[in-house]
Amino acid sequence: MKKHNIQFRLNGEKIAIEVEPNDVLLDVLRGRLGIKSPKVGCDRGDCGTCTVLLDGKTIRSCLALAVEADGAELVTLEGANSSRKWTQKLQKKFHEKNAFQCGFCAPGVILSATELLETNPKPSEHEIKEAIAGNLCRCTGYEPIVEAIAETVKGK
Amino acid sequence: MPITAEFEYVKPKDMDEALRVFSLYKDKARALAGGTDLIVHLKEGLAKPEVVVDLKALKELSGFGLKGSALRIGALATFAELIASPLIKTKFPVLWEASQTVASVGVRNRATVAGNICSAVPSADSAPALALYEAEVLVRGRNGERRIPIGGWFTGPKKTALLPDEIVTCVELKLPAKKHGGCYMKLARYEGEDLAQGGVAVLALADNTYRVAVCALGPVPGRCPKTEAVLNGNKLSDKVLAQAKEAILKEISPIGDIRSSKEYRLHMAQIMLERSLGHAVTRLFGKGPAYGTENIA
Repeated sequence: MKKHNIQFRLNGEKIAIEVEPNDVLLDVLRGRLGIKSPKVGCDRGDCGTCTVLLDGKTIRSCLALAVEADGAELVTLEGANSSRKWTQKLQKKFHEKNAFQCGFCAPGVILSATELLETNPKPSEHEIKEAIAGNLCRCTGYEPIVEAIAETVKGK
Repeated sequence: MPITAEFEYVKPKDMDEALRVFSLYKDKARALAGGTDLIVHLKEGLAKPEVVVDLKALKELSGFGLKGSALRIGALATFAELIASPLIKTKFPVLWEASQTVASVGVRNRATVAGNICSAVPSADSAPALALYEAEVLVRGRNGERRIPIGGWFTGPKKTALLPDEIVTCVELKLPAKKHGGCYMKLARYEGEDLAQGGVAVLALADNTYRVAVCALGPVPGRCPKTEAVLNGNKLSDKVLAQAKEAILKEISPIGDIRSSKEYRLHMAQIMLERSLGHAVTRLFGKGPAYGTENIA
């Protein structure tokens, strides 16, 4: 396989890296770049634990080839925390409301909620549920998560 | 999980280059747009291409727009883009409604309509809407362009009329000439992301004609002409509805699988036909549930 030299921005930092055509973005982020917030869950796009922002939109990093990130702007929870308006507010509210237990889904949920609030700062409960429908949580039963997102918006 | 299969990756800068790769590699080349199916297939060994051809640099394949009464949806247009579009919402509301039932936000940000019909699973959510709007699939190979009506596109589960050296450039939908209301109703095991146990899409037009299409109720998605023939020219009386519900059983052939039994699908197809027709007619008159809201209960 012919290797590819690619460049992208990761949490604001310029990255230049050589990847194989069959390298998966999630594996490169975790295994080679030390970014551990995206998790390996179902590894087939169903669970949302590998969520990252690519050019401002949530994607499944388990369903992208690393080489596709060439020229892109990638943001993970590690960077969103300081660069996105809503992320840290969400994190604080999740902490306060005990909106996660094991924490495995939390980075994906918070990035999905970040994307939602950036486009729709006054979401209905249904819109919140729809926005996180692709992020599976096996601990909380979702209610504290939905409440935490709703209360983040209200600024309580 | 790493991908163990080995392949080359190319990202053509123009259509000629892309078509050259496909004419050279034929079925050993796989097109990559959103990748939400392809990457899974690569991981699971279901796809074993020699080369993956990333089409995302081909600007002429992106976006969508209405020209006259034809809506061209480029092969790179994502479900998220369609959902964000007032044009799709107002002119092609059944496609808009169906798009919101596809997986979840993080998948819809990447997944494309063209990819949905190229994967060609029987449960493809966009397919019934495309059938209602009399879509044609435009494909291009080195020998030129072909237009394939959606009715002839799906040739079997996960099989299409696309030839190995061709790529889909866009899907073209026809704006109905008459005022219309419609509905896409999806039966799933739970709210949130799931593949359809069954899907029914209908259009009710102002001249008392109807279009009905289904997915996940047979080997391929598509129109139900016998059911339409029963409905056409009629108001939805109890008698006409009863005849239509009998007719649809003659043109669907669902299987039983992990998501549902065959009997449940047959039963629910009739229920969904009746309810979606009801919504379509009330929406035709500007009432009924808003498009995109829960409509099956």
